[in-house]
Amino acid sequence: MASQITEPHTTDTSPSSTLTRSRTSHGRRTSLEPRLAPWLFVAPALLLAAGLLAAPLLYTLWLSFQGRRVTGSGLGVSSQVFVGVENYARTLASGALLGGIGRMLVYALIAVPVTMLLALLFALLLDHASTRFGRFSRISIFVPYAVPGVIAALMWGFMYLPGVSPIRAAFIALGMSPPDLMGQGSIFFAIANITIWGTVGFNMVILYTSLRGLPAELFEAARIDGCNERQLALRIKLPLIVPGIILTGLFAIIGALQVFSEPNTIMTLTNSIGSDWVPMMLVYRDAFVTNDLYGASATAVVITLITLVASLGMLKILQKRAFGEDS
Amino acid sequence: MSTVEARRRRAPVWPTLVLLVGAVYCLIPVYWLVAASTKSAGELYTTFTLAPSFTGGLAENFTGLMAFNDGAFLRWSLNSVIFSGGGALLGTLVAAGAGYGLAKYRFRGKTLVFNFLLIGVLIPGVILAIPQYLLLSRIGIAGTYWSVLLPCMISPFSIYLARIYASAVVPKELLEAGRLDGANEWRIFRSIAIFPMVPGLITVFLLQFVGIWNNFLLPYIMLSRTETYPLTVGFFSMMNQGTDQPNVYNLVIIGCLLAIIPLILLFLFLQRYWRLDLVSGSLKG
Repeated sequence: MASQITEPHTTDTSPSSTLTRSRTSHGRRTSLEPRLAPWLFVAPALLLAAGLLAAPLLYTLWLSFQGRRVTGSGLGVSSQVFVGVENYARTLASGALLGGIGRMLVYALIAVPVTMLLALLFALLLDHASTRFGRFSRISIFVPYAVPGVIAALMWGFMYLPGVSPIRAAFIALGMSPPDLMGQGSIFFAIANITIWGTVGFNMVILYTSLRGLPAELFEAARIDGCNERQLALRIKLPLIVPGIILTGLFAIIGALQVFSEPNTIMTLTNSIGSDWVPMMLVYRDAFVTNDLYGASATAVVITLITLVASLGMLKILQKRAFGEDS
Repeated sequence: MSTVEARRRRAPVWPTLVLLVGAVYCLIPVYWLVAASTKSAGELYTTFTLAPSFTGGLAENFTGLMAFNDGAFLRWSLNSVIFSGGGALLGTLVAAGAGYGLAKYRFRGKTLVFNFLLIGVLIPGVILAIPQYLLLSRIGIAGTYWSVLLPCMISPFSIYLARIYASAVVPKELLEAGRLDGANEWRIFRSIAIFPMVPGLITVFLLQFVGIWNNFLLPYIMLSRTETYPLTVGFFSMMNQGTDQPNVYNLVIIGCLLAIIPLILLFLFLQRYWRLDLVSGSLKG
């Protein structure tokens, strides 16, 4: 990408640029390109990003090395001082963060693969030649995208809740003892299910759109060569939409690392979720409930680093794919 | 068409069945919400959970919700519309400018600018929201509408999409023709370049609208007065009150139903304006 920008355009032979070249004295088409204008176009975004993304991030980083200490001659006046890596040592040693990361990973290991596999399966089936009622299914599966995470968590929370749960009612109707849907172990599936329900449709539509963008002649040719629908889906369509799968998969991973609303809402219905269930809830609790802003900042920095590492690959892939043809 | 029909006759039915099972999975909670909203406080736990009730529970819940906290539900709905509509509109304008500037100009530091803007995609919301709250409260606007609108205005993913779209649909020749005619850059953008970008910008707007509508964390952290809450924070606060209000579950249930119906309808009507090929990266330039 960088080479695209710095290289002078010598291969452009479109009529208008030839015209431009002939009219300027230096013979370089860049002479009509303004220098200030691009900065004015990106200025609002840059200012907002500096004030609302970069500044808060640096502020968090700074806070994570600060702490309150009683200073002076023992009058009990505490002031904010530099404490080095003390907050990091504390948050890493306390076990709350590691426990939260562990629970988040269990949740993510359920939610991310199931979401992706279902989305892929649904997308390939929608594109399958024999499928009927495709439009109805596509719209129905997409509907949960319109439901906010908090409301989805409340809906499913009621569906899990003893007394009003249709799932438990089904077990009772079959003569079996109903499972505890929000128990210590099942809660991971309960929360993952809310995420899967809410995001599978959007991912499905993205992948389906990728499939629709593939050339139809290719499929006709494969069919004439005796390729059946299953081979067509697995050997031809699937490899061609790998970039879309990577993109949606990485967004699913980032979403899982940031999970907050769903467990935070389900917490109002069960005791299986503590106030530090996942790292984001821990950060929130430390910052606003126990007022340990410094510890919360250190925890936040640790989570940010994990997220950055997990998603830098995405940036690389996206940039390579998307911006090869910028002018 | 006849070959397709012939293939369909021989073809298995399981793909259709699997998709219909998926559709049922996605619709059942919505159906449960409809059924539950028709039940009065006593019926919620005593009648079969998936069977709607016709004993006047729906009207009772509806009037209860409207009366809750002097019409807080309507207030929260209006706030959600203000945050989502206003935030998405402002955010789309910012993204359109930045995306166009990055796609159609060559300038020093362009890669750096773009990478700087994209970093925001990678940072978890709660991590930004807490220091954003601290900084905004320092300049005295935490708790106001702007404390939610301002952070919504910068959406790195929207900028990324606007850049892809501008790069694909705005022809370089058009801009050069404008320059030769003596138009300045702002005028070229405003009266030439913006028009081919409109379909992509509508998608960016819709994605941002839904994102803000569904957002819980940012308003939850920024806002403290109940009259400024959007729906998500409002429902959460109702649930947190717990047993103070005897029929709070009934009110939350009908509230959730009323909150998601308009958005689902909006989706169905705006379907053809969604250019999701933009997101999947299969855009044909």
